[in-house]
Amino acid sequence: MIIVAVAVIVVVAAFISLITQSPSPDARPVSLGFSLNSLFQWLGSLNPLVQIPLILLIFGVVVGVILVLIEYAPRAGKGYFYLRLAACFVIPALAFMLLRPYQNSFIFILLIAILLGGVLFLVDYRSRQGAGYLFQLIIFTAPAAILLLTGLIYPTIATLYQSFFDKTSKNFVGLENYIWVFTNPEGFWSVINTIIWVLIAPVFATVIGLAYAALVDRSRGEKFLKVLVFMPYAISFVGAGIIWKFVYDFRQGEQIGLLNAIVTGLGGQPVSWLDAQPLLNTLLLLVVFIWSQTAFAMVILSSAIKAVPAEQLEAASLDGTTAWQSFINVTVPGIRSSLIVVLTTIAIAALKVYDIVAVMTGGRANTTVLGFEMVNQQQRFQSYGHSAALAVVLFLFVLPLIIYNARQIKKQREIR
Amino acid sequence: MSTVTTPVPPVTPVPAIDPRSKRQVARETLRNEKQAQRRLTSRGATIVAILIAILWTIPTFGLFVTSFRPGADSNTTGWWTVFVNPGFTLNNYFDALNAGGTSLTLGASFINSLAIAIPATLIPIAVASLVAYAFAWIDFKAKNTLFILVFALQIVPIQMALVPLLSLFSRGLTINGVGIFPGFELRDADHSFATVWIAHSIFALPLAIFLLHNFISEIPGDVIEAARVDGAGHGQIFFRIVLPLATPAIASFAIFQFLWVWNDLLVATIFAPSSSLPITQTLNSLSGTWGNQWYLQSAGTFIAIIVPLIVFFALQRFFVRGLLAGATKG
Repeated sequence: MIIVAVAVIVVVAAFISLITQSPSPDARPVSLGFSLNSLFQWLGSLNPLVQIPLILLIFGVVVGVILVLIEYAPRAGKGYFYLRLAACFVIPALAFMLLRPYQNSFIFILLIAILLGGVLFLVDYRSRQGAGYLFQLIIFTAPAAILLLTGLIYPTIATLYQSFFDKTSKNFVGLENYIWVFTNPEGFWSVINTIIWVLIAPVFATVIGLAYAALVDRSRGEKFLKVLVFMPYAISFVGAGIIWKFVYDFRQGEQIGLLNAIVTGLGGQPVSWLDAQPLLNTLLLLVVFIWSQTAFAMVILSSAIKAVPAEQLEAASLDGTTAWQSFINVTVPGIRSSLIVVLTTIAIAALKVYDIVAVMTGGRANTTVLGFEMVNQQQRFQSYGHSAALAVVLFLFVLPLIIYNARQIKKQREIR
Repeated sequence: MSTVTTPVPPVTPVPAIDPRSKRQVARETLRNEKQAQRRLTSRGATIVAILIAILWTIPTFGLFVTSFRPGADSNTTGWWTVFVNPGFTLNNYFDALNAGGTSLTLGASFINSLAIAIPATLIPIAVASLVAYAFAWIDFKAKNTLFILVFALQIVPIQMALVPLLSLFSRGLTINGVGIFPGFELRDADHSFATVWIAHSIFALPLAIFLLHNFISEIPGDVIEAARVDGAGHGQIFFRIVLPLATPAIASFAIFQFLWVWNDLLVATIFAPSSSLPITQTLNSLSGTWGNQWYLQSAGTFIAIIVPLIVFFALQRFFVRGLLAGATKG
């Protein structure tokens, strides 16, 4: 126990001295002659089609090593003892070295790696469940844990932090970025439009999907009809955006866009739909989203409708209810949980939408949304503070849904 | 035929079987089923459903027709006039495939999309199935809390993670002004997909872990226990028992993930170097330069969505299964 405590203290000390040493601008990366970087560079110089099997092979070897370690580690015996010992020291050191640490930090990094490996080995050796238990648990979860920590958890916190800093992320500006979000026209419209998206899209997609699922349930050629409505779900938002841009096409002279052809056919004037303000163009973008998400709602709700017990429907029809009444009073309550799932899933998708706006309008004419404007600020204006603040506002919109879903899943797991 | 003359002894108790022949029963069942079917299906519902289906298909169909019409036709007349004034060509597709300048044509970015999507489908599945197994079959502290955390992560908008992750890739890790790790130097590589693979894998993990865990934890405990008694460790159990049993779930998720990556625009926009852009991104930028040349836009779009459509039609059952598994998360 004392050894572990001492080791941990040394690790912390090494880390602190690592980050408080005087920065040296011309430090060079240290590598063992091979590194992740050189692997990726070598892969990148090959033909894309050759890269596919190669990366899968390399990755497969890594997974194979992991599985072998998991299999042999918990066994008792001298050989297995040394296997664990070696793995505990070699793997962290190798992993850190593959990232090519800078010269000035390299010695600290190596120290931290070896100490952490040693701590793991000791704790594992004295583990109550037997030596090797903790070792295999960590090897099982380490790849995912490292990826999630570096790729989702750390960046989320960094974005939160960045949203209080200016463009260059050096000077603290307090809430200025957030004030910008709600006062600048782009920021303001992105908030308003996102609210419109999240309020309208889930309701329409779910209602249409439910209606279609119910109709198709009572009509012939069910499978074929379902496929037709389901198909848009496989099409990318980029593809869907272009498909609908063609429907909305506007030009002088003869109209080749379906919508304007109908309007002129009825004797009206053609309209430049995607520039039509206020809000009409946003609603037309919503149509594309609803068109695609209805498919999702339809598939989920259709299977839910089929799972409603036939006896309940029979009982209702014996009581003399009409089809509509039994639908409202028997079917809809029977599929309540599926309805909630569909609504929340589509709401989350609507909050995050990026592609449709990027493809169809590029955020012009007040059609921008949070998910799009965030990327726009980062790519076009290199304005990281604004971009981060927009992302955080988006996160705040999603937060209630995250909490709701997490609660549901907790309940489910408690029942089990 | 001889039933009439067979003498039935009146004394023996007759067992309660339906006296009618099997064929009669079958015929009657069929008739009842048909009747029920007729009662259940209604003509009104069929008509409305067909109308909605047509409404849903027309936009795609219109662009599909346009992709086969000569440019001169489709730029002056609506696609619906093709029925009175037919004229078809495949040239649009050849033109679209070679469009996009010297560096990256639409055809080349089609290949890029494959090179991105296949590894970015398989890598997260392998990583996620490992951790899903640990969540399902190894006991450890704070398991439930961690699982809920992973589940919650799947809803966090990836917009939150994009910029810091990008700077981690390109500039490396620097704390308090001290450089610790440099970033990847992949600018000069011809076709580097590494950052896109890693980003897609990370963003796919929470959902993959959740779905695969749900499936792997349903495997009967007896099976795992029996293998353990036979001397198999977690490595063998995972590879020999759990993976084969989980294949249907893995296939469903793989199809999902493949389509998601293939159709993605956002992650590629942020992470892909300019020579490694996937087809969605190239199509999007070409769409701007093509402007009103709808014969090119339409052909380009169908080149981009042909793979998802093939996957969709060929593997629809798996696809629906995956969708349902993901959606019943409650």
